[in-house]
Order: sequence, then C-alpha cells, then structure tokens
Amino acid sequence: MKKKKVVQFIAFFLLRVCLYTVLAVLLIFLYDIGRKGGGAISWEFLSQPPRRGMTEGGIFPAIMGTFLVTIVTAVLAIPFGMFAAIYLNEYAKQSRLTRIIRLSIRNLSGVPSIVYGLFGVILFVNVLRFGTSILSAGLTLGLLTLPWTITASEEALKTIPNSYREGALALGATKWQAIRTNVLPYSVPGMLTGTVLGLARAAGETAPILFTGAAFYLPYLPQSLSDQFMALPYHLYIMATQHHAIQQVRPLAYGTALVLIVLVLGLNMTAIVIRYRLRRKRRW
Amino acid sequence: MDTQPKIETKNLNFFYGSKQALRNINLVCADRRVTAIIGPSGCGKSTFIRTLNRMNDVIAGTRTEGEILLDGININSTAVDVVELRKNVGMVFQKPNPFPKSIFDNVAYGLRINNGKKRAQIEEIVEKSFVEAALWDEVKDRLRENAFALSGGQQQRLCIARALAVDPEVILFDEPCSALDPIATAKIEDLIMKMKKDYTVVIVTHNMQQAARVSDFTAFMMLGDLIEFDKTERIFTNPANKLTEDYITGRFG
Repeated sequence: MKKKKVVQFIAFFLLRVCLYTVLAVLLIFLYDIGRKGGGAISWEFLSQPPRRGMTEGGIFPAIMGTFLVTIVTAVLAIPFGMFAAIYLNEYAKQSRLTRIIRLSIRNLSGVPSIVYGLFGVILFVNVLRFGTSILSAGLTLGLLTLPWTITASEEALKTIPNSYREGALALGATKWQAIRTNVLPYSVPGMLTGTVLGLARAAGETAPILFTGAAFYLPYLPQSLSDQFMALPYHLYIMATQHHAIQQVRPLAYGTALVLIVLVLGLNMTAIVIRYRLRRKRRW
Repeated sequence: MDTQPKIETKNLNFFYGSKQALRNINLVCADRRVTAIIGPSGCGKSTFIRTLNRMNDVIAGTRTEGEILLDGININSTAVDVVELRKNVGMVFQKPNPFPKSIFDNVAYGLRINNGKKRAQIEEIVEKSFVEAALWDEVKDRLRENAFALSGGQQQRLCIARALAVDPEVILFDEPCSALDPIATAKIEDLIMKMKKDYTVVIVTHNMQQAARVSDFTAFMMLGDLIEFDKTERIFTNPANKLTEDYITGRFG
C-alpha cells in the first residue's frame, strides 16, 4: 500500500520536473529576445524601411511582405485543405487507397521545409514561370501548410456526431445538403483553428521562401503578386548571419525576432479564441 | 381487423460485407396500424427497420437483396430516389438527436431543405407538427431556445415533430424510448397509439410490454430470421413457435 503511493509520488514528481524544465527553457528564451529586442522596437522601426545598408531604419517592408505572402498562403491552403478534408472524410470510400492517401498526407507534414522550397523553385518559379515572387513563395508555403490544414479539418469533421448526418438524411436531405447544413456549420470553427495554426507556422518559415521570392533588401514595397518581397524570417536570417556588420545590427535582429514571435503568437491566439468560442457554443 | 398492406418485404436478405444479418424476411406492415419488431439484441431488428427507408445505404459494404414493396412499388431498386423515399418514410432514432439549432429550426429543417416553402407556411406546419407530437404547449413560448435545453423526452418528441413536418406516410421508430424514463416513455407510447390514425408505424423495441401495449401486429426475430409474425394479442397469449414463447416469457433475452 505504502509502496504504491511512493511510486506514484516519484512518477508525478518526474512528470512535473519535465514540464517545468521545458517551460523554463521557453521562458528564458522569450525573456532574452524580449529584453534584447525590446529596445529596438519603436514606431520608426515598425513603419520605416531599412536604411544605410540595413544598419538603421525599420523593417516595414519585411512585415508587409510576410503579411502579403501569408494571404497568398491562406488563399491556397484554406479552401483546398477544407475541401480535400470534406471529400476525404465525408465522400471517399474508406478503402486501402484512402488509408494510403491519409498516411501520405501525414507524412508530407513531416517533410523538411527546404524540400518544399526546392520543389517550389522547380514547379512555380521555373515550370509555371511565376518567377521569384510573392505568388511563388505564397504557393510554396501553401503546399507546406496543406497537410496540416487537411489533417486538422478532418479531425474537426470527425467530432461531428454521425446522428447529425443520419438525422438530416432521414428527413430527405441529399448527402451534400446534410453536410452543408448540418455538418459544416458546426465544424468550420474547428477547421479554422487548425488552419490558422498552420498559417502561423508558415509565416515563420525561411527555407521555402529562400529561393522562391524573398529578397535580401528592397527599398520599396511589392506592387504586384509577381514582385519580390522582404519577409521577417528571411530578414532575421540575413541580419543574424549574413550581414557585413553583424555586431552592429544585432539589436535590430533581436527586434525583428521579437516582431516575428509576436506575430506568430498573435495568430496562435486567434486560433485559441476561435476554439474557445466554439467550445462554449457546442453542446453535444 | 380489416387492413391493407402498406409495406411488404419479399425474401429480404441483408449483408454486412460477407456477414448475413437478415435471412429471407417476409413481412407485411399494415396501413395505418402499428407493427412492432421484437427480439434479443443483435437479431437484426434495427437492420430490418433501416432497410425500409434505405438508411443502410450510408454504411459502406452493405448489400440488400429481395423486394421491399411500399404501396406495391419496390423501393430496393436503383430507380428509386432515396431522397423522395425518406420524405415519405420518416425515422425516429434510438437516441434523441436534436440538431444544435433552435427548437423551431429543428422542426423547420426538413421543410427548408425540401425546396422553398413560404415563411408563413413553414410556421404553420411547424406548429401543426408540434401539436401532433404533443409538444406544442411545452415549447410554444421558447421556440428560439436551443433544442438541447429540452429534456430527453421532450427532445424525442421534438424528433417526432421534425419527422412529421415533412409529411410522411410511414414512421419508423428505432427503439425510441430506450434512453428515456418511464414517464417520458408513456408519453411517447400514447403518441404512437394516436399516430396510427394517420400514419403507418413500425417500431423496434426491446421492451415487450411496450410492444404489447402499442402494437397491432408483432414480429419476433432471432439471429436474422423472422421466427413468428402475427396479431400482437396472439403473439403474447398464444404464440405458435416455442422460441417466441420462451422469449416473451423471459426464458432468454
């Protein structure tokens, strides 16, 4: 009797230590970036382009670039991800083939992002001749996000009880009517949650945009989808490793990192808010 | 009792993959009467009732053989539009399954998906359906509330009203009271007995007293076979088959 309790105590203690270790690392990391980057943040930093070989000025073009490319990503990943998930979960026969497709999608979400980047160069930049542009980079990030979107959307559809589908069918609904009126309205918030998390991940990626459209330095904002752009993660990479005066621009690099983290956290918070509101509304 | 057949199955066989769940079922459900299907768990009662509105179609890998005649027309045929069929043959499920919509919208659902009725028409039919389902007085002041706010018994009557709103001729009940308390059960039973004036009712039930109380005809099934089918009073007082007698006297179940 006593021994059981001791074992339980040790087990819980170990679990707690693991959790606190991870949390501590994360907090130190955030604190460090906040402390070193906080000083760089100013209205000028957020609203001005870089000046004097990026040793002064702000990161406005990079913020805008990341924003625009994320929109292109969303335009590809949201509809295609959702519709693919609807087809896979609601229409496709559950066979060996669909199991293989599902497994492949899971595996694609584990493919290193540089592989997506090189694939994007071949498909979008060279074959489809979109050039190194917002469009190419956004589509590449879209491909990277798709497996996440499809998987999250399918999970959201699985939470809808079958009795909603059967109940609608029994009243003379077609399959599509049952899905559109009695499944999708309740699963869209869940689908969006997963999608936004995927977008947040894509917004922070460097490798896929490296060869598909991100520019080292542009003094102006992109005018169309076929222009090159600056992006926060790539800008950070440059400032941290490639700049001719690395020591001098270090505060700016930390500032960029802080902005990027806040942006990604903001997107994740959006997802959490959507999920919270969904949970409060649903009652099954 | 003079009755017309409404539904008639002829040599009905049903398979889940290679497993046969119904064997050669020949059964007649009389027009505007209540037919009860009883039998031990897994005997195929629910499978049988779900063949009558082709609800088994949604389960992959199933196969239905034989004829199911509704008003003399074989509905087990690809020529039949299942959407039209299901409007004509309504179904109430084992567990009350209100949709997460308002009480009003639940009952209006079937009307809205089955092409455009006017708003006033919908309101009228919804009210009539609630009255028929003996729920109107309880919900008339709270039609905008979420249907999940209702009690289990009210939810099941809501599902009955929802089925009635699309104006079917046949209503299938798949163990409608198995999740309800005795008082709620009694209300549903009263309702079923009244409903047979206008509708043909087929009810699957675990509860033999319920079958005896509400039905005119009773079918006893076991392991996919129809063992005995007769007038309810005869099944419960003087069954022809030894298995039926053993089951209704509680020797197995």
